[in-house]
Amino acid sequence: MRYLPHTDTEIKEMLAVTGHDQLEDLFTHIPEECRYQGEVDLPEQLSEWALSDHFQSLGTHNSASSTKAVLLGAGSYSHNIPEIVPSLIGRSEFLTAYTPYQPEMAQGTLQGIFEYQTLTARLLGMEVANASMYDGASALAEAILMALRIARKKRTIAISTAIHPRYREVVRSYLQAGSFTIIELPLTKDGRTDLSGLQDIDDLAAVALQSPNFFGVVEDLATAADTIHDIKALFISCFSEPFAYGLFRNPGACGADIVCGEGQSFGMSQSFGGPGLGMFACRTKNQRTIPGRVVGETVDVDGKRGYVLTLSTREQHIRREKATSNICSNQGICALTAAAYMASLGGTGLRRVAKLNYDKADYLKKGMVQAGAKLLFSAPTFNEFALTFPNDFEPARKRLLDKGIIAGMGLGSFYKEYEGAYLFCATETASKAVLDAVIKEVQS
Amino acid sequence: MTHGPGISGLILEEPLLWEKGKQGRSAFSMPEQDVPEAFSEIDENLLESGIDFPDLSEVDVVRHYTRLSGWNFGVDTGMYPLGSCTMKYNPKINEKMAATPGIAMAHPLLADELSQGTLQVMFELQTFLANLTGMDAVSLQPAAGAQGEMAGMLLFAAYFRKKGEKRTKILIPDTAHGTNPASAALCGFKPVLLESSPDGTLDVQTVADLMDEETVGIMLTNPNTLGLFEESIREITAIIHAKGGLVYGDGANMNAVMGIVDFKRCGVDVMHLNLHKTFSTPHGGGGPGAGPICVVEKLQPFLPKPWVIKTGSSYHLEYDCPDSIGRLHAFFGNFSVLVKAYSYILSMGAKNLKKASQLAVLNANYVRESLRDVLHLAYEKPCMHECVFSDKIQNEYKITTLDMAKRLIDHGYHPPTIYFPLVVPGAIMIEPTETENKDDLDQFIAVFKDVIREGREDGERLRQAPTITKIRRLDETLAARRPCLVG
Repeated sequence: MRYLPHTDTEIKEMLAVTGHDQLEDLFTHIPEECRYQGEVDLPEQLSEWALSDHFQSLGTHNSASSTKAVLLGAGSYSHNIPEIVPSLIGRSEFLTAYTPYQPEMAQGTLQGIFEYQTLTARLLGMEVANASMYDGASALAEAILMALRIARKKRTIAISTAIHPRYREVVRSYLQAGSFTIIELPLTKDGRTDLSGLQDIDDLAAVALQSPNFFGVVEDLATAADTIHDIKALFISCFSEPFAYGLFRNPGACGADIVCGEGQSFGMSQSFGGPGLGMFACRTKNQRTIPGRVVGETVDVDGKRGYVLTLSTREQHIRREKATSNICSNQGICALTAAAYMASLGGTGLRRVAKLNYDKADYLKKGMVQAGAKLLFSAPTFNEFALTFPNDFEPARKRLLDKGIIAGMGLGSFYKEYEGAYLFCATETASKAVLDAVIKEVQS
Repeated sequence: MTHGPGISGLILEEPLLWEKGKQGRSAFSMPEQDVPEAFSEIDENLLESGIDFPDLSEVDVVRHYTRLSGWNFGVDTGMYPLGSCTMKYNPKINEKMAATPGIAMAHPLLADELSQGTLQVMFELQTFLANLTGMDAVSLQPAAGAQGEMAGMLLFAAYFRKKGEKRTKILIPDTAHGTNPASAALCGFKPVLLESSPDGTLDVQTVADLMDEETVGIMLTNPNTLGLFEESIREITAIIHAKGGLVYGDGANMNAVMGIVDFKRCGVDVMHLNLHKTFSTPHGGGGPGAGPICVVEKLQPFLPKPWVIKTGSSYHLEYDCPDSIGRLHAFFGNFSVLVKAYSYILSMGAKNLKKASQLAVLNANYVRESLRDVLHLAYEKPCMHECVFSDKIQNEYKITTLDMAKRLIDHGYHPPTIYFPLVVPGAIMIEPTETENKDDLDQFIAVFKDVIREGREDGERLRQAPTITKIRRLDETLAARRPCLVG
C-alpha cells in the first residue's frame, strides 16, 4: 500500500529495537476481551484508478452532474469561484498544516486568518471577528450562548421565525440542556420580523434576526436595533448570504452587537452542504467573551511584526469546563478560502457582483409576477424571494426538472402556514436564458 | 552535528492584503450583465455605500498567497509528530474525489432521488465506521471532534431524560483533552476530576469510589492521551454500567487500534472519531474536521437527525426520529471531509487499515526506545501510537521543553505536542504516525539527540531558537494584553 512506507526488512530492524518479534506483539497488553474479532467487514481495497471509476459513477447518481441550473438557495448558494482561489488555498503548505500552535512555522496560516478576520469585520461593519465557527447554524447558537454570558442573569432569548429553520433547530439543540426560554417572533405581512411584542417579554437577554432572512427579505436592521436596545437586550444579526452586504447596509452599521452567519458563498463549493464557514464578529468591548480561536498581531524578539493565536485563556485547552466554547478544530481552510475570495473580488468587485445578483433575482421575480405568480411578501429582497401561484406550481416544477432546471423549493415542509408557496433563488450564475425558461413554464 | 532538512532559504516579505492594491484593479472575471439593472429602485436607507476591501489584480492575489504559503509548514513539507493530532499523510487522490463535479456541486436540499450518489457515500461511510469501531449505528453530522463530544453529551442527557432520571455529574480523567470537560459543561454536566494512577492509566477503585447514581457516566480516551491503553477498561465500564451510567469513548486516538480493538466489547456506549486524524483528511491549518459519533443500539434513537437509510437499492434521509437530540448542523456536517475519509477507507481496505495502526504503534515505540536514554520517559508502560517524555533531565541545566521544541524548528521539524497532558510537567508528546519511514525517523531521532547535546553545551543557542524562520519567538503576552485582532 503506497501510504505505508515500511519495507519488511525495516519492520524487522525496528522490532529488534523495540524488543518484539512481530507486529502483533506490540499489542499483547490489550486484554483478549477487548480485541476485535476477525477482520473488519469493509470492501476490498481499490486502486487509484478503480477508485476514480467508482466516484465517476457516484457523481452521475446525483442530479448536479446533469442539471443545467439549480435555482435554489435556502442557505447554500451557487456562485462563480475564480480558479485562483482553490488553486492557491489548495497549496499543501496551507492544507496539510495543523492549527498554528507553533507560530514561527505557521505565519502563512496566521497572517491569512488575521486578514480573514479583518475583511470579515469590514464586511459586517464590526470591530472584531474570530477565526471561524463550523457553519452559520452553530455560529448562531454560539452567538446566543455568548449573549447569555454577557447578559448574565437573563435567561430568555427571542428569535425571528424568519431565521433559517435549520439554524433554529441547531439553536434548540445547543440550548436544550440549559434552562433557557426561546421565544419565536412572528412576521409582519411584508415578511419582516414583528418586534411589536418585545416589550412584553421579561428577562430578555437577546433578540436574533436574519437579514436577508430565509425568505430573502431584507430586514430593517437599523430600526430593529433601536427597538432592541431600548429594552436593554443585545441584538444578534445573522445571515446565510454574505453577498447581500455588498449592496445593503451591513448589520454593524445598523447597530448589531453580534453578527454571525454562513460564508459558503465566498469561494466554497456547495458540496451537499459542507464544509461551509461560520463567520462570527462582535464589538471590541465583548472580545474576551467571544467563542473560538482568534489571531492577534504582535512582535517577535527582534521587533518584527508577526501573528499568534491569542486570548487563549478563554479556551477549552486552558479553561476546560469554564471555557467560552468547546470548539477546537474550526473551519480554518474555509476561512482562508473566504479571505482569498474577498481579496479577488475587492471592494469594487464585491459591489458589482452583489448588484448583478440583485438584478438577476429581480428579473426572475418580476417575470414570475407578470406570469401570474404572487409575491408572498412585499418587502425588498436579495437573491431569494417567495411566491405563491394561482394554480399548483408542482406540474411546472416537474416539467422544468425534465429540462434540467431545478427551480423553487416548497416552503410547506418548513412552514405549514406557507404550504403551496415556493422559495426561488437566482444568483450571478443563472443565465437570462434559464430565467426566461422558468418564466415561460409558469406562463403556460 | 546531524542536520535535519532545515537550512536557511529564500524568504520573501509580503505585506497585508490592504497594504497593497489600487482602486479599480480586479482579480475577478465579471459575468455578463444579461438582465436589466434594477438596484436603483432600492430604498436608499437600506443601501451600503461600499465595503473597504482592497482592489487587487490576479497576480497580486497569486503572489500574496504563494508567498504566505512559503512561511507555512505542513505534512507535505516534513515530519509533523504532533502528539494527539495524528498528522499522517493526506492522500492527494482524496481531494480529487471530493471535487467530483456531481458531488462538489450537489445542493443539500434536493429530493432524495436527485441525491442518490451523495446519500450512498453517507450510508456506506456510516456502515464502514460502525464496522471499524464495533458499534451499531453512526451519525456523520458533527463537524469536528468537539461537536461529536457535545453530541455524545446531549445523547447522555436525552437518554436519562427519557428514563426519567436526574443525573448531574460526569467523571473525566485528568489526562483528558480540554474539549471533554468543556463539552460536558455545555450540556449541563458538572465534571468530576478522575486522577490517573502513577502508572498513567485509570485505577478501577478510583472510578468505583466516585461513580454513583447522580453521575451520568464517564468520558474516557482509549488509548489515553499519554499513549497508553487503559487495560482495565472492561472493569471500569462494568462499574459505570452497574450504576446505570453510560460510557463515552473519545476516539481521538483511534489510529492506534483500527481492526485491533472492538469498542463495543470494551463497554463503550458512544464514541466519536476524528476523520481529520485517523482517516487522513487534511487539517487545513485549523479545520474543517469531522467528528462522526458511533453508538450502541439502545442509543441509536437519540442520534442527531437525519440519518441515511437504505430501502431496496435506494437511499433515503430519515427525519422521523422523535427521540433525536436534533440537529447540530444546517445540513449534513462537513460533507466533503466525509467524502475524503470514505475515499481513504476504500483505498486502504481492512487489512491496510489494521497494518496502518500496527505501523503507527511500531513507529512510536521505536522513537520511545531510541530517545529514552536522553529524555526522561514519563511512563514505563508500553506505548501505543504516541510516547510521552519530559524535560526533567534537561531542567538540571536550565533547558526546557519549549527550548528543545523551538530548536527542532530550525532543523526543519514541526515540534511534538508540548506541555500536554498537564499531568506530565514539561511534557513532550511524540506521535510519528505510520506514514513516516524508518530513514526519516532515524534522522529525526539523530537531530533530537543533537539538540539535547547542544542544550547541554550551549544552552543559549536553544533559548534563542528558532533563528532561520521568517519571524522568531513572538511576544504572546503582548498579544493577549493588548489584543489587535483586525488590521
